[in-house]
Amino acid sequence: MTYAVVKGAGYILVHTPDMVLHNGTTQTTERIINPDSDYLKELPNHLRSFDEVVEYLPNQVYIGNMTPEELGKYEQPWVDKKAEGASKVGKFGEIMPQDEFIGLMKIVDTFDLVKLSKEFSVEVTKKLEDHHFISKDLISRIKEGEEIEEIEKLIKDQGAEPLYNNGEVVGCVKRAHDVDTNLSAHVIFENLAVKASGTLAALNLVEKNNINPEDVEYVIECSEEACGDMNQRGGGNFAKSIAEMAGFVNATGSDTRGFCAGPTHSVIEAAALVQAGVYKNVVVVGGGATAKLGMNGKDHVKKGLPILEDVLGGFALLIGENDGINPVLRTDLVGRHTVGTGSSPQAVITSLVTAPLDKGNLKITDIDKYSVEMQNPDITKPAGAGDVPKANYKMIAALGVKRNDIEKSELNSFIEKHGMEGWAPTQGHIPSGVPYVGFGREDILSGKINRAMIVGKGSLFLGRMTNLFDGVSIVMEKNSGKVEEEKGVSEEEIRKLVAEAMRDFASHLLEN
Amino acid sequence: MSVFDDKKVIIIGDRDGIPGPAMEECLKSTSAEVVFSSTECFV
Repeated sequence: MTYAVVKGAGYILVHTPDMVLHNGTTQTTERIINPDSDYLKELPNHLRSFDEVVEYLPNQVYIGNMTPEELGKYEQPWVDKKAEGASKVGKFGEIMPQDEFIGLMKIVDTFDLVKLSKEFSVEVTKKLEDHHFISKDLISRIKEGEEIEEIEKLIKDQGAEPLYNNGEVVGCVKRAHDVDTNLSAHVIFENLAVKASGTLAALNLVEKNNINPEDVEYVIECSEEACGDMNQRGGGNFAKSIAEMAGFVNATGSDTRGFCAGPTHSVIEAAALVQAGVYKNVVVVGGGATAKLGMNGKDHVKKGLPILEDVLGGFALLIGENDGINPVLRTDLVGRHTVGTGSSPQAVITSLVTAPLDKGNLKITDIDKYSVEMQNPDITKPAGAGDVPKANYKMIAALGVKRNDIEKSELNSFIEKHGMEGWAPTQGHIPSGVPYVGFGREDILSGKINRAMIVGKGSLFLGRMTNLFDGVSIVMEKNSGKVEEEKGVSEEEIRKLVAEAMRDFASHLLEN
Repeated sequence: MSVFDDKKVIIIGDRDGIPGPAMEECLKSTSAEVVFSSTECFV
C-alpha cells in the first residue's frame, strides 16, 4: 500500500490588537448588552505590544523557533516570561503585525471591498516591501488608496466595517450586497481575514519547504467560517481563493468543515486522495477566526492578565506521494467517533485512540507522541477551562491502565513522555491535532520518535443541528523507505500469484 | 437512595471533560429529573 507522506508544514500567527476590541464576539456582544461596562473600559490597558507577542514562549513554539519539549521546561504560567532571542520569523512560519495584515487583506480582496486610506496604503506598501518574501506582484494590489473622508462616509452611511490600526481608522471593509446578510460587511471582514491568514500560511509553507507552487494539485481549506450568499450560505470556496493567491495555478480545491475537527478530517481526506492516486500533492490549509479574539478576555482582565487571545492563527500542510523519506500517514490506522460511539470519556478515547491502535496491533505506548487539543493552558486555566491537553492525556493514560498497556503507577510518567504542554492559541480548529504535525515530521525524520497520533475533536452541537460532538484521528509514522515495493505489486500479491501458478502446475501434473 | 433522588438537576458538561449526555446516562439509575442538559465548548 502506498501511503501518502507529510512533505512540509507552515504555521503563522497575526497580532491583531484592534481586531480584539472591534471584532471579537466577546467584545462586540458586551458592547451591545452592556456598552458602559468596566470590562470594555479596562480592556485597552490589557493589550500586548507586537514585541511582547513575539517574545511570548508559546508563540515562539507555534512558529517553530522553540520545541514543545523546551516549552515544557518552563514553569507555568508563561505570561510573565520571555523567550530569549525571540524572532518574528520562525522555522515554520512567521508572526505578522496588524498593519501588514490589513495590507494583506487588501491584497487578497478581489472584489474591491477593502478600502484603505491613501496615507496607510503608502505606509503599508513600504512595510510589506521589507517583508522577507511577499512578492512585488502581490504588494502592487494595494494600489493608491482613498481619501479618509470617503472611508468615513462608507462606515457611517453604508454599514462598512472599520479597519483600525493603533486605535485609528485606516480603512474599511464594504458590504458586498445591499440586503443579503451573508454578504454584509461583518461577514466579508471575517472571511477576508480567513482568506488572508490562510494565504499567509500557504505562502509560508511554500517558502519554508522549497515547494514549487505549480506542483500543488488540490487544496482543502478547513477553517470554521462559511462564505456564500443568501442562496447558498456556505457555498464556498475558500480553498480555491487561497490557491489563487498562493500561486497554485494547477490546483482546484474545496472546503471541509467539522468545527475544530476540520483539520484532522482534512488531513485524512488529503492522505486518501494522494494514496488513491487522484492527486499527487494536496495542501491542507486553515485561516484564523477574528470572532474568537479575546474570547476569554473577561477572565483575563479580571485576573489582571494581558489579553492572550490577541493573535489569529493559520497553518498549511503539504501531503504528497510517498518519497521514501517523509513520514507516512497510516490511513489504515484511522480513528473515528461515530454516531453510535456515545459520549462517555472512555467510549470517546476508545474510538479515537485505542480502536485504530488495535487495527495495527499496537499498544498505547507504541505511539511516541499524541497531538490532541493543543490549547495553551496559559489562556484556558485562568478562564476556568483547565488544561485541555492534559485532560485529554489523562484520559488516554487511564485507558492505557485499563488495557494493561501501562501500570497505574506509570500514569504520570506516561503523560510526561507521550504528551506535551499546549502552545496553540484558542482559535478553535487551529489547536486541534495539527500544531504538532510540523514538529512531528521533524522528530520522525531525525529518528527521535517513530510514531505520532493526530487527534482532532469538534463541537458539532454548537451548530444546533445535532447534540453530538465529533472526533477523528490518524497515525503519522516513520517511512519504511520501501517506495518501489509499495508502488509496484505488493509482497502479498506476489505470494498469491506464485501460489496460484504452483497450484495450476500441480493440477496439470495430476491430470497427466 | 442517591443524593440525586427526587431532585431537579441542571447539567453543564464539557466536551474535553465529561459531556452532558454521559452525565444524563449516570442519572438514569436515580429518580432525579434532568431539567436542563448541555455540553459546552470552552475553547
